[in-house]
Amino acid sequence: MAKRIALECSHAISLAVKLANVDVIAAYPITPQTHIVERLSEYVADGELDAEYINVESEHSAMSACIGASAVGARCFTATAGQGLALMHEMLFIAAGNRLPIVMAVANRCLSPNLSIWGDQSDMMASKDCGWIQMYGENAQEVFDLTLQAFRIAEDERVLLPVAVNFDGFYVTHVIESLTVLEQEEVNRFLPPRRKAKYTLHPDNPTTWGPIGLPDIQTELKYQLEKAIQNSKKVIKEVWREYGEISGRYYDVFEPYRLEDAEVAILMMGGHCGTARIAVDRLREKGLKVGLIKLRLFRPFPFEELVEATKHLKALAVVDKAFSPGGFGGPIFSEVRSAFYDLDVKPRIVGFIAGLGGRDIRVDEFMGLAEKVLRGEKIEKNYVFLQVRE
Amino acid sequence: MIEVRWHGRGGQGAVTAAEILAHAAINEGKYAQAFPSFGPERRGAPVVAFNRFDDKPIWIRSDVYEPDVVVVLDPTLLKNVNVTEGLKSDGIIILNTSKKPFEAKERYGFKFKMATVNAMRIALDVIGIPVVNTAMLGAFLKATGILKLDSVLEAVKERFKGKAGEKNVEAVTHAYKETVLVG
Amino acid sequence: MSQKNEFKLNPKPSWKELPIASIIPQPSTSRFYLTGDWRSFRPVIDKDKCVGCGLCWSYCPDAAIKWFEDGSVEVDLNYCKGCGVCAEECPAKAITMVEEVEE
Repeated sequence: MAKRIALECSHAISLAVKLANVDVIAAYPITPQTHIVERLSEYVADGELDAEYINVESEHSAMSACIGASAVGARCFTATAGQGLALMHEMLFIAAGNRLPIVMAVANRCLSPNLSIWGDQSDMMASKDCGWIQMYGENAQEVFDLTLQAFRIAEDERVLLPVAVNFDGFYVTHVIESLTVLEQEEVNRFLPPRRKAKYTLHPDNPTTWGPIGLPDIQTELKYQLEKAIQNSKKVIKEVWREYGEISGRYYDVFEPYRLEDAEVAILMMGGHCGTARIAVDRLREKGLKVGLIKLRLFRPFPFEELVEATKHLKALAVVDKAFSPGGFGGPIFSEVRSAFYDLDVKPRIVGFIAGLGGRDIRVDEFMGLAEKVLRGEKIEKNYVFLQVRE
Repeated sequence: MIEVRWHGRGGQGAVTAAEILAHAAINEGKYAQAFPSFGPERRGAPVVAFNRFDDKPIWIRSDVYEPDVVVVLDPTLLKNVNVTEGLKSDGIIILNTSKKPFEAKERYGFKFKMATVNAMRIALDVIGIPVVNTAMLGAFLKATGILKLDSVLEAVKERFKGKAGEKNVEAVTHAYKETVLVG
Repeated sequence: MSQKNEFKLNPKPSWKELPIASIIPQPSTSRFYLTGDWRSFRPVIDKDKCVGCGLCWSYCPDAAIKWFEDGSVEVDLNYCKGCGVCAEECPAKAITMVEEVEE
């Protein structure tokens, strides 16, 4: 077993990108993402990574540069957060629609106003429909592993889609902790150089990308994207299995914790799952049958797997660090409710919106919400904003 | 699990001190976290940084609310920051002060175990600049004993290369010797 | 003629047939799109007035005007959609737009 080393979670991603031997990095700094690309620019400047580092004038340009570079066959990486992702929004669709295997780290940050550099998941949730594969990591180990896996998944010929690796701003990005990394040779075996795709931009063999899409074509094009991202789940699982064999760390669409005999489970994504786990342990000490589901894959959403794993529960407490104003609670809550709609017997599904704009979710708050659900307390509309001062 | 809260002012190196401890602990085979207080604070503003240490994996990812150890880099913070907030009753406060240990105990009236060191004098004598974070690492080690001096010195050398590394190592060692525990 | 002179793409493909991302893998397919069908007026060039400046060639939105070494120009009526930009811009007033006659 390789030795554990200490790294800031952001730098764990930088290291994974370096080991992935990317060709092009195009990025614009933004808190709390900056440390990732800062370290990458050092790798390039010090000659440790033979890549083109493009300093662009905005996130829109960062994604545009990645799109161009990826279309000629380069392995590309960028990273952003919050407003940066929002500014990139238009190009996210172009990257996915053109089936370009770009990998992006998103240091999840609250969207303005007010100006907030702090974390929640509202940035990526506002971009959830952009056609990207979207994963969420809890800690340094996960974001390191997910980043390496992301390149393999994205570039697989059966997938050819961009992948966003999400991790919470500050509560994950800025934490120094321990992880086990792979050696360069191991990475080289797992992730060989990007294979030439069937279509690549090259003057010797001209192709047209993103031409006008008449109504005659557009439906087929969108359906093709839908099939591609739905089918990617099989490949994602394959890649996770293979990664598990080389690293000993096996991943899945979600990670259950003390779920087998649970009556109620907390379901959420990202760093605060760690805190929720402590809450589960404390509730178990009190004799309460509570478990946790750490959702890892948000797109494609693992509907069937989730239903299968949780249909025995009395209730699910879904915690969202984002919400849709005027909509039906948080985005994860909506997906989970949809997943269960057709079942005759299903758990009660309650949503909690918490941790907005960097507000911590404490152990006792997780315990409180789980107990509320366990007691079967009535909650109007079945979702509620936690942590709001009246 | 041991939880630590560092109090300093922007520029005094509280975050760096926490980072060095996490590196040292992990190199010793322990599990650790170091993280800043996530603010836009600038030089001079009161800042907080955190550590967690354990022999098993650390899952919790919230702020530290009930620390076992509080380290105060700057005694002027005591005027307007409640540094002992949430400190466990058997916890310890480690203070950089020019006062004699019992004077400090009496002056500030803490009901906690306390360790003091004149880190500012050590920093000025040894490093030549008023940055006390590495001296406070020495005080932390003496007061808590949860990490090995050698592993912290290694982590300091890793962080500060060359001459700066040597001076900071000396600051840690000096403070380690001079730190006094007050009941 | 080489195979390249055939338009090989199904204009209404199934989603499986559609090349990935709707990329057009065949170069210069716009050649197969004869915009000459749109024309109700055609440009007629008075060779005596033409000074060979090539402005019509540069303005033509459909690249339907050929400009030869000797300065002379010729309209490719397969692509000329009859917009009249050439006539408007010609500094020598050498181009007249003439109504297409009903056949």
